[in-house]
Amino acid sequence: MYTLMESLRSAFQAIRAHALRSFLTMLGIVIGVMAVIAVVSLIQGFSNSVTSEFKGMGANSLTIQPYLPRKERLAGKIAKITPDDLLAIQRGVTGISGLSPILPVGRFFGTVKYRDRSTHSRILGTTPSFALSNGQYPDRGRFITPDDDLRHHHVAVIGVTLVKKLHLPADPLGHYIQMSGQWFKVVGVLHPLGQILGFDQDNRVIIPYGTALSLQGAAIVPNIAIQLNVNDTKQMDAVVARITQILRRDHHLKPGQNNDFKIQTPAQLLGTFTKVLNSITLILGGIVAISLLVGGIGIMNIMLVSVTERTREIGIMKSLGARRRDILMQFLIEAVTLALIGGTIGLLLGYGIGMLVAHAVPAFRGAHVPLWAVVLAFGFSGGVGVIFGIVPAAKAAALDPIEALRYE
Amino acid sequence: MTGEAILELRQVTKQYVMGDVTLNALKDVNLALYRNEYAAFIGPSGSGKTTLMNIVGCLDKPTSGEYILNSTPVAEQDDNALARIRNREIGFVFQNFNLLGRANALHNVMQPLIYRGVPLGERKRMATEALQNVGLGDRLHHLPNQLSGGQRQRVAIARALVGKPSILLADEPTGNLDSSTSSDVMTMFDALHRAGHTIIIVTHDQNIANHCRRVIRMMDGQILSDTATAGKEENLEALRRV
Repeated sequence: MYTLMESLRSAFQAIRAHALRSFLTMLGIVIGVMAVIAVVSLIQGFSNSVTSEFKGMGANSLTIQPYLPRKERLAGKIAKITPDDLLAIQRGVTGISGLSPILPVGRFFGTVKYRDRSTHSRILGTTPSFALSNGQYPDRGRFITPDDDLRHHHVAVIGVTLVKKLHLPADPLGHYIQMSGQWFKVVGVLHPLGQILGFDQDNRVIIPYGTALSLQGAAIVPNIAIQLNVNDTKQMDAVVARITQILRRDHHLKPGQNNDFKIQTPAQLLGTFTKVLNSITLILGGIVAISLLVGGIGIMNIMLVSVTERTREIGIMKSLGARRRDILMQFLIEAVTLALIGGTIGLLLGYGIGMLVAHAVPAFRGAHVPLWAVVLAFGFSGGVGVIFGIVPAAKAAALDPIEALRYE
Repeated sequence: MTGEAILELRQVTKQYVMGDVTLNALKDVNLALYRNEYAAFIGPSGSGKTTLMNIVGCLDKPTSGEYILNSTPVAEQDDNALARIRNREIGFVFQNFNLLGRANALHNVMQPLIYRGVPLGERKRMATEALQNVGLGDRLHHLPNQLSGGQRQRVAIARALVGKPSILLADEPTGNLDSSTSSDVMTMFDALHRAGHTIIIVTHDQNIANHCRRVIRMMDGQILSDTATAGKEENLEALRRV
């Protein structure tokens, strides 16, 4: 214990005695750790923002979308979910609620006009249950009602982005906006959702499903997505299986043929996103591991030089009764101390960079350095110190005291 | 010479193999030293006196023969055991002082106590006392390069004595000092001998050997002569009496 404290003191003394050299030695570690902390803090900050967005979508909601593999799409096939499918699910599946169709008006975006201004926005036709299944309620005014749906009222619930873009009054209720050549009365403003993956969630207009259907005209069979809530999350798999069964039957799919639809849960979406982030983190980890390796070699190199330079010192300590273990520990602790100081500097710099970038990017919620990254950075630096310090330390410990004392 | 020997060498041989040639640095050396002896190993370079000192100081092991230190056979001990013996039983004083350059006088003297596991406070107290005993109580926080040669050697003596070793082993302790500082240092060894320490001085200088009470003359790895002398103090006193 005393020897440990003394080794630590002696290590600091040795590092201070060659301050510049020590700094250059630990530079590799500093840069490596700085890089990992900066990047991880940004990725984590980003991930936290996105995850909290996904969480808002509700863990028990399902989305059914038409889907075909690329190959079949290229072959000219078209996948569709139709109002008939909606009815079939409504009749055939139990334990669900908030079943709501989503009918996009226009391919992705539609044009929305107010007075002399116009903008592009996502326009969705849906039923009142949409508010329930998405946990989305208007901050102002009301959501669409069953009556709106049934009577094809021309009313709209809009996101806050539209209020800004169209220069609507702060209280836009009762004002009229124009979409697909028709006038819609604004009856509600949705609670702001922010962005997911740079996609503005507040740039949208929700109109009654019936109204949206009538806009499309009777000639076309509309292609919709369906959202619903599973009452008991434990029944999630059973519900998914039942819907799959109904849709395969109604779409006349033969056994062995791929589904022409996709059933997604927010957990799945989040899972995909997390997978991407994880692989990014892994790649960065690899890069950092290489830089730490280089840093470690730098430490080993300088420690070897240091052992040679201090051969006589080692001889003196051995003559005074230092055991192999004492010498080994002293040099090992010196290497680890060097690596850990480098790690600490890198950690602080990396955190600083993360903060700076977070401040520079306005949409970003803030950098976050998770504890595991700190522990990992320290663990890695310490590990590098041990791995690359052991060879020089062993060399020092193995010196013959007589030879070492004679060394000039 | 009565009582139990503090150290005893029996038929000690040390061989160095250099390619095809085997060199006998020491050959069948028999030697016993007793408590409070003041002995000199004297001889020209290559006589084996340094090898003998290394073996006595447990820095080296004999090729064959027995070495008993304080009734403990040490010839067969491993490196760690030898380190422990050096730490507890031997105090080294070297020709070129061999102080740790980055550490001040106090820390230099504290160093051997670290390996013994003495707590910091106790270490400081013992080292301060040892430095006061060699007259350096006002130089505790000076670095070696801020001290004169004589002061450095006194720090080295304090470091050798701080652990209360059985034997003080000095290798050409005045080799790097001018004549007046040399005589100061030798006066200190004389005083330490009077105080009851067992001292071995390795030297090639007859004047230094004259301080000792026993002169062991080495040649070609063997003891040429082993004579008890009156020692310089007694010589001087005898001269004064005449």
